[in-house]
Amino acid sequence: MKILTCPMNGPRNIDEFQSFGPVRAEPDPDRTADADWSRHLFRAENRKGIVVEWWRHVPSNYFFLAERDLVTNEVLRTFDASERWAHP
Amino acid sequence: MMAEYSALSLLANALKGNKDWKPAWRKPDPKASYDVIIIGGGGHGLSTAYYLAKEHGITNVAVLEKGWLGSGNVGRNTTAVRSNYLLPANTRFYEHSMKLWENLSHDLNYNVMFSQRGCLNLAHTPAQFDDYARRGNAMRHLGVDAELMTTAQIKRLIPALDVSDSARFPVVGGLMQRRAGTARHDAVAWGYARGADRRGVDIIENCEVTGFLRDGDRITGVTTSRGDIRAKKVAVSVAGSTGRVMRLAGIETMPIESHVLQAFVTESLKPFIDTVVTFGMGHFYLSQSDKGGLVYGGDIDGYNSYAQRGNLPVVDEVMSEMLALFPGLARVRMLRSWGGVCDMSMDGSPIITTGPLPGMYLNCGWCYGGFKATPASGWCFAWTIAKDEPHDLNASFTLDRFHRGLVIDDKGQGATPRLH
Ligand SMILES: Cc1cc2nc3c(=O)[nH]c(=O)nc-3n(C[C@H](O)[C@H](O)[C@H](O)COP(=O)(O)OP(=O)(O)OC[C@H]3O[C@@H](n4cnc5c(N)ncnc54)[C@H](O)[C@@H]3O)c2cc1C
Repeated sequence: MKILTCPMNGPRNIDEFQSFGPVRAEPDPDRTADADWSRHLFRAENRKGIVVEWWRHVPSNYFFLAERDLVTNEVLRTFDASERWAHP
Repeated sequence: MMAEYSALSLLANALKGNKDWKPAWRKPDPKASYDVIIIGGGGHGLSTAYYLAKEHGITNVAVLEKGWLGSGNVGRNTTAVRSNYLLPANTRFYEHSMKLWENLSHDLNYNVMFSQRGCLNLAHTPAQFDDYARRGNAMRHLGVDAELMTTAQIKRLIPALDVSDSARFPVVGGLMQRRAGTARHDAVAWGYARGADRRGVDIIENCEVTGFLRDGDRITGVTTSRGDIRAKKVAVSVAGSTGRVMRLAGIETMPIESHVLQAFVTESLKPFIDTVVTFGMGHFYLSQSDKGGLVYGGDIDGYNSYAQRGNLPVVDEVMSEMLALFPGLARVRMLRSWGGVCDMSMDGSPIITTGPLPGMYLNCGWCYGGFKATPASGWCFAWTIAKDEPHDLNASFTLDRFHRGLVIDDKGQGATPRLH
């Protein structure tokens, strides 16, 4: 069994988690040009290497961030989103 | 011209101790320049080379493959071939592919073991059955064969399938395409390779493209692990490596994500099932190879990945889906499992187009269903490269369709690649 360490719930079976893909800066939909908005929706960097991703612990519906190597599948670090963005 | 492979040549070579067979393709060193370079010696790159030579008389062509032929997804897939789509752009394209499959062994003089054993999609709810009726009608409307099957008919076709009311997801019917089936994937790669080679195409293995030569915006060739090679036209056909190769050309984002799909094979069994069957309540499908092994697979791993191997939760899920359909397989041993990196597109449909840079041509976005497309993909891509414009059959498979609101989303899933 593969274990993922949830910043809130501790080490859990990876079955309990869902990936939401790499973190991307979202442009302001009201101000951004159409072309940039569609690029945001439909284009991906798709990097081969280490990326920061959104994950969710499904039973507790808690979203957090994970740093993962896409080549080895190794999760290097998991952390709460407040580490990256201060809560408003 | 006498066919290179025939009953007669088999006999003649057998009598001579099999010493006179020519290798199926040469191992040439790269020349300094070509009319067309194709990056990627998978099924699509090889079939593109074949149709460039055969249909358009363009033979000064090199296929550059970083590993060996068949090391990518063309040698990793589960070989299901079908044309049972809903949207006309996909249906027409995949039906063209089906027609090429139907004559492929003959055309290539190479037995690709195309077996039209049918592909049955199981429905587990009345709503799903209605949905299949709609797709079946859409297919028939475009001249593709489709037929609805009742549970009793399905039971006769696949005796081992659990169609009882106590099944985890009882079967209420299915949509069958009889002309669908399977083919031998290695033979497809080798057959196209030999066909292209005999027409003069250089197939160059162990030659990784590491960058692009440019004159301003225009692509004029490639840098490789075996030196620089110039070309008037450079065609990219690298499936799961699309993002990486396009980045070498300075294109930082694509409507593609790379995800791993796994597949599995069991020990050999006696004849067990003579069709391809797909589960309707999850992602699972199964067929039996000519050797007797059950070949099956399920969903992609659920997160972006460049690892050419899969994770355990999906193994678990695929096995339980298999047992939900075929409880009798509980004690069959699994022999092998493997994974391949798939180029999942934002709408689940492919891209076959000129550009996006001058001198460049692009073929990608095959998700986990590009094996069946191999003949039509090469055929359309060759046309696009030769004429500098798409054929009608691939005119919708553009790169800018996403920005223009012209997505081809057969499943209606939205712009989330892992859901297609
Ligand atoms: C497990 C699995 C099961 C599948 N099952 C089915 C199925 O049942 N039916 C179906 O229709 N489809 C199926 N598919 C999908 C199908 O296999 C692919 O869509 C299809 O093979 C992709 O096209 P290709 O053959 O050209 O790709 P590939 O064979 O992957 O070819 C791409 C080639 O490009 C080469 N390359 C990459 N980068 C470079 C570089 N820089 N320089 C030179 N060469 C490079 C790679 O080495 C590779 O050989 C499956 C895929 C997988 C992984």
